[in-house]
Amino acid sequence: MTSTADRLVEFDEVLTRYEPVIGLETHVELGTASKMFCGCATTFGAEPNTHTCPVCLGMPGSLPVANAAAIEATIKIGLALGCRIANWSRFARKNYFYPDIPKGFQTSQYDEPLCVAGHLDVEVDGTTHRVEIERVHLEEDTGKNLHVGGATGRIHGADHSLIDFNRAGIPLVEIVTRPVPGAGRLAPEVARAYVTELREIVQALGVSDVRMEQGSLRCDVNISLNPVGDLEWGTRTETKNVNSLRSVERAVRFEMRRQAAVLDSGGRIVQETRHFHEDTGTTSSGRSKEEATDYRYFPEPDLVPLAPDADWIEKLRAELPELPAARRTRLQQEWGISGTEMTWLANAGALGLVEQTVAAGASPGDARKWWLGDLARRANEAGTELGELAVTPAQVAELVRLVNEGTINDGLARQVLDGVLAGQGDPAQVVQAQGLAVMGESDELVAAVEAAIAGAPDVIAKVKAGKVQALGALVGAVMKTTRGKADAPTVKRMLEERVLGS
Amino acid sequence: MTGTSSDLTRVDVAGLSRLLSSGEVSAVEVTRAHLDRIAADDGRLGAYLHVEDDAALAAAAAVDQARATGAELGPLAGVPVALKDLVVTEGVPTTSGSKILEGWLPPYSATVATRLAEAGTVLLGKTNMDEFAMGSSTENSAYQVTRNPWDTDRIPGGSSGGSSAAVAGHLAPWSIGTDTGGSIRQPAAVTGIVGHKPTYGSVSRYGLIAFSSSLDQAGPMARTVLDAAVMHEVIGGHDPRDSTSIDTPLARLADAAREGAAGDLRGVRVGVVRELGGEGHTDGYEPGVLARTREAIEVLAGLGAEVTEVSCPSFDLALPAYYLIAPSEASSNLARYEGVRFGLRAGDDGSRDLDEVMALTREQGFGPEVKRRIILGTYALSSGYYDAYYGQAQKVRTLITRDFGAAFADVDVLVSPTMPTVAFPIGARVDDPIAMYAADLCTLPASLAGLPAISVPSGLSDGLPVGLQVMAPALADERCYRIAAALEAAQDAARGHRLLDELGAPAGAA
Repeated sequence: MTSTADRLVEFDEVLTRYEPVIGLETHVELGTASKMFCGCATTFGAEPNTHTCPVCLGMPGSLPVANAAAIEATIKIGLALGCRIANWSRFARKNYFYPDIPKGFQTSQYDEPLCVAGHLDVEVDGTTHRVEIERVHLEEDTGKNLHVGGATGRIHGADHSLIDFNRAGIPLVEIVTRPVPGAGRLAPEVARAYVTELREIVQALGVSDVRMEQGSLRCDVNISLNPVGDLEWGTRTETKNVNSLRSVERAVRFEMRRQAAVLDSGGRIVQETRHFHEDTGTTSSGRSKEEATDYRYFPEPDLVPLAPDADWIEKLRAELPELPAARRTRLQQEWGISGTEMTWLANAGALGLVEQTVAAGASPGDARKWWLGDLARRANEAGTELGELAVTPAQVAELVRLVNEGTINDGLARQVLDGVLAGQGDPAQVVQAQGLAVMGESDELVAAVEAAIAGAPDVIAKVKAGKVQALGALVGAVMKTTRGKADAPTVKRMLEERVLGS
Repeated sequence: MTGTSSDLTRVDVAGLSRLLSSGEVSAVEVTRAHLDRIAADDGRLGAYLHVEDDAALAAAAAVDQARATGAELGPLAGVPVALKDLVVTEGVPTTSGSKILEGWLPPYSATVATRLAEAGTVLLGKTNMDEFAMGSSTENSAYQVTRNPWDTDRIPGGSSGGSSAAVAGHLAPWSIGTDTGGSIRQPAAVTGIVGHKPTYGSVSRYGLIAFSSSLDQAGPMARTVLDAAVMHEVIGGHDPRDSTSIDTPLARLADAAREGAAGDLRGVRVGVVRELGGEGHTDGYEPGVLARTREAIEVLAGLGAEVTEVSCPSFDLALPAYYLIAPSEASSNLARYEGVRFGLRAGDDGSRDLDEVMALTREQGFGPEVKRRIILGTYALSSGYYDAYYGQAQKVRTLITRDFGAAFADVDVLVSPTMPTVAFPIGARVDDPIAMYAADLCTLPASLAGLPAISVPSGLSDGLPVGLQVMAPALADERCYRIAAALEAAQDAARGHRLLDELGAPAGAA
């Protein structure tokens, strides 16, 4: 059972003998105000069992009513993925016993999903990979079990278990890909790029906050290996709850290495559910699908079929925002940058920030310089996302303007940024409050220049002997006495006038 | 006990409404009369699982007080009512006749219960039923046997047998029943009262403990057709909490009953269903039942109705189709009873794991008929069997609906006996599920097609009531009330009294 016992084959070696086929099932918790089938709130982090009612607790006699906003959001996701929207769709009951499903069945969709047959193109290493989408359907989330006592937080070894039904009934969209063969060495990256792109799309649609760390985007990763050249695919495993982009990539990589070792030793892959472990990057066996529950799906008789009419679908299609891929193409052209630079921006999560900074008046080059440079470094040091830094694109644009106007220089700009991040106000306010503006040829600066000359007769001698570059040391000294507020080229010119008399 | 208060239990709802509105009697008097009657006679009948007693008197007193202050009250304010025990009522025990819900106090109320409360009616209590409405005799109740007021050795029908016994036995002026395959109509027929199953989707199912979601409907059980229509108007109409609720205004049902009682059925086309007791289809039908049915049809013809025979060949398939669809849905609907959130939890002593506790809870909490249907339904929905069983049954449902459609192209209503026999003796069919299931033979087609159907008394056979079933197209419930009221009025007039008057008050109660 434990992953430590798994023998692994080196990744590069796997590819000499096997071809991977991947598939992804992604669950997106929709950001609707109320749950899928009742009026309870969906906000994250409330006291356990406070967002519940007879319906989402599965009380006897209670009945579901479908949330129209959730249906609309699902159709939008389907449209963004190029799916066909069904003109007749039904909910179905997926029957199984587990304490976190209050009704003894999950209301889901089975053979009549809302959206089918779409695709998503992702770019990895300059090549485009088409991921076919089999279906996009709507269902309800389960409650959450909390196992108390025991070391692992798992049911094994726990003293008792508690259930929080706040999450039960939150609308969940499941996006299922068709099997993706042919990614080869890039399979882990393709899987990650797919989830990344899907997240961007859902974000652009504004239907979910897609925060993997809060579980509002969750991934199950299917992987199989077949010997190179075989037409028949291998038996797949399904790794559950892979909850970060990095983990998606690691899970694929690990399963490829583990499965290769099993196959190398003449073993067979068991079709099973596996759990991913964030700490070790490994997977371990869960329940076997070969003894799987029969879910006894049948059409949910408590809900009427969904028959979205064509006009409504076209209206939703017309309302779709610009999707991430189109936006990247447009911005790349507008900003005149390379595809690689564009990828950097996207991967850093800086695309929107740069776009807004440009909209606030900065040049694309300046905006990129700040977000990918200083700000990226600070975010990295603080361990947060760029977007979570306490600075707005408008403030960055103002900083850029102050530099370009000569009010401050780059060095001062960094100090101004410190002030902004510390909550001292907009850049101009920080400049004012801390007196960080560049000095003109003021008496103070003249005094500083002359003091520097007077204090370094040896340097003056060298300069006069022809080593003009030695003046650099004096520029540094002046910058130091003025605490960086002087303009370095001005200081240099003033020194030259006085020392060389030019 | 005063003569007045015991008399009040024999007054129908229309009469009680008049007495209450005019101030001739108080709501407390009416309620106390019924509570006294229950105390005196329910030991014999076993109609109630729970009686509200003080709460009912308090509710009645509140009505009287409101009336005393001159508040505008509806015509039903102060009229008592009994609810089948699967109607969820906030703070009032609701068990659906099952041990698995013993002690559960619901945190909310069914729409039907809320609408009756808003009309000012006073809840007397909750009536016995077959466990989770699975049965035709109320013998499957986990709690007690209910007896037919006409012959206490016989069944009161089922699954709404507590309601039928209460209404026929004058322990409530009317009651809410529910009907999945006949559970309003069949008990109404065998106790000599009126029971109507509304068009599927026309009465909210919100708060009715589900048996089979695509079939369940709540409806009125009353001593007169007019009372039934009045109750239907209170509980019917669109409810946003039930997705399957139809969003159209309710027809004027009480008016239809009054119109029918006027006795003119000229121009009404009545179809007699051959497959339900007609020529060549009389196996299992008692001669007395067939005779009363023939006579009732003659009465309708005498009032001007054009009577023809129609054939609905698919009706023969209704029974097997029903016993696949209803158990399939039930197997899923009853999955929530596993002891985690409410009701019984068995064996949670620290020695058993979760699966064992859930299994033991269900083993101890469910009775044999419920288990039988869960097993049947689970099997029918299983991978590999779904198409052969559940899928085929749904096709039969379509065929039955088509037969109705073809018939209603030529006639306005269809009639048949409500049940092939009169009430059978208690215990007679408990060991023979198939014989028990046959009690629903005539009521199943309308259930599967989602159509309205009423049972109205057509007379007695060997001293026991027989019912006539009148079926109508979807959302034409008013036709059921009109035809039923015409028959009722004509027979009452011919007889010189109501059929139920032949059921004397029990010794010592009057």
